[in-house]
Amino acid sequence: MRSTNLSKALALAAVMAFAAGCGSKSTKTDSGAMGSDAAGGAAAYGSGTGSDVSGGSWADVANLRTVFYFDFDRSVVRQDGFSDLEAHARYLSRNPSASVRLEGHADERGTREYNMALGERRAQAVERLLIVNGANARQIETISYGEERPAVSGNHEGAWSQNRRVELKYVSR
Amino acid sequence: MVRAIVCAFVLTMSTWVSAQLVVEVTQGVDSQSPIAIVPFEWRGDQALDEDVARVVEQNLERTGFFKALARENMLSFPTAQSQVFFRDWRMSSTDYLVIGRMESVGGDQVRLTFELYDVLKEQTIHSQQVSGSRTNLRDLAHYVSDILFEQLTGIKGAFSTRLAYVTAESLGPDRQRFRLQMSDWDGMRPRTLLESSEPILSPAWSFDGSRLAYVSFETSRPAIYVQHLATGQREQVQSFPGLNGAPAWSPDGNQLAMVLSKDGNPEVYVLNLSSRHLERITNNSAIDTEPFWAPDGRSLYFTSDRGGSPQIYKYNFNTRAVERVTFEGNYNAAGRLTQDGRFLAMVHRGSSRRFQIAVQDLQNGRLDILTNSDYDESPSIAPNGTIIIYATQQGSRGVLGAVSIDGRVRFNMPVPQGDVREPAWSPFLR
Repeated sequence: MRSTNLSKALALAAVMAFAAGCGSKSTKTDSGAMGSDAAGGAAAYGSGTGSDVSGGSWADVANLRTVFYFDFDRSVVRQDGFSDLEAHARYLSRNPSASVRLEGHADERGTREYNMALGERRAQAVERLLIVNGANARQIETISYGEERPAVSGNHEGAWSQNRRVELKYVSR
Repeated sequence: MVRAIVCAFVLTMSTWVSAQLVVEVTQGVDSQSPIAIVPFEWRGDQALDEDVARVVEQNLERTGFFKALARENMLSFPTAQSQVFFRDWRMSSTDYLVIGRMESVGGDQVRLTFELYDVLKEQTIHSQQVSGSRTNLRDLAHYVSDILFEQLTGIKGAFSTRLAYVTAESLGPDRQRFRLQMSDWDGMRPRTLLESSEPILSPAWSFDGSRLAYVSFETSRPAIYVQHLATGQREQVQSFPGLNGAPAWSPDGNQLAMVLSKDGNPEVYVLNLSSRHLERITNNSAIDTEPFWAPDGRSLYFTSDRGGSPQIYKYNFNTRAVERVTFEGNYNAAGRLTQDGRFLAMVHRGSSRRFQIAVQDLQNGRLDILTNSDYDESPSIAPNGTIIIYATQQGSRGVLGAVSIDGRVRFNMPVPQGDVREPAWSPFLR
């Protein structure tokens, strides 16, 4: 019993050491990698909308989505949110005095501080998507509420999926 | 940078709240020692506010080591040795007997003289006189409980300790009230240390019990605060852009580990509180959070998802090496160590897909799951290592649960309103 545990532990340790090695090698680029993933997706979805004059007025963003959802324990922006985020980015790039606050959230499963970090990464993922689409970092503030401010209460996937989110709020137009 | 905020408007010291925790034993054991705590004699003009013998009885029962004889089954109520007939206590299958007498010794002070007997041997195990304030009889009861527990088990009692925890109440749409509370170990005598409409989390005791560190969003952003419990004085110690979370004290009280995302990603840092020097500990693209110190101060444990799922890792200050500590299950987080450094309590999710409190023996790697519900989190260990308190759910409400470190005894501490969460058990306070 103990020996099987030990061998399992050693095998896992070997795998993890390898994974950790890979991870640390890409320390500097992971955030970039995630951003470029997002950028790639965004480009695929957004390259068609090339008209330069549109996107600068409040009417262009007033009815866009402002809440973006995530999968469990993931901080990758889903593709269905890309086009609206690009439009928000376009508005920000054409209105330098406009600014947004990105509030990251997690569902209540798991520990509070881990979820705080997860909400932060989700807000950062949305931030990167806005930046690669033209917004300036100075226009964006991120904050994580972790699991402290659920949108919907309840112990079921229906509630959890609504709570794993980033809310985009305009601080100034 | 460092702002001392003395009694800020959000700070309401010494506010006594009527909502008290109630302990229920939900799972017992067979091997409890039968004990009888006879009501203590009181020869005063006015009745006392607390039934000291009852508090002692509840304390001992909640450890899971003892089963107390109900008062209605006692054949007599001796308060002095001359009134003790061991045969009566043997008939009611009592192994240990405690009797006592209380008297006023002038002013606010009362004195309790008590004796602990071994019924089978018909011998006195221990007798002692203790005195205390009449207005704080629970302090006296907890102190006597500590003495009795140590006499009977050889383990230092942890009844004179405190809990810090957070409560959250919904006051309507988008309106919540968060409170940082402190109570006796059993949830009695709660008082509010901080009240806010914004989240409060992660209370952490300094190893000497004099200070609490915690995270408050009161400025609309997370910041780490340190509050001195004796004076109520507090200061904001860290408030970078991004995350400021998961404070954890070094054993010597001079350093605070924490999680910051100021450099772009949640990473563990250590802040020297006197020099203000900030050292980055982790450097990884994954989430690194929930640091906690080994009691010997030589290493720092933390949670990381660098291997694909959250697991607990150990950082060695001398070698700067990081090694993975947990391997069973796909979610192990929020670890805490016993004072001897041997047992690691954590939130564990294994094949059952439930979040449960588990303990890993770091000597042999053995993992035991101690709790039995779906959403258990925030384990905190009594300073004597006997009980783990944690946050769980009853219905849809957050309550505190407690389980003995061997998993044999569990009980819940519900509150009448709101969610209770994030318990933090104090160190020994005397």
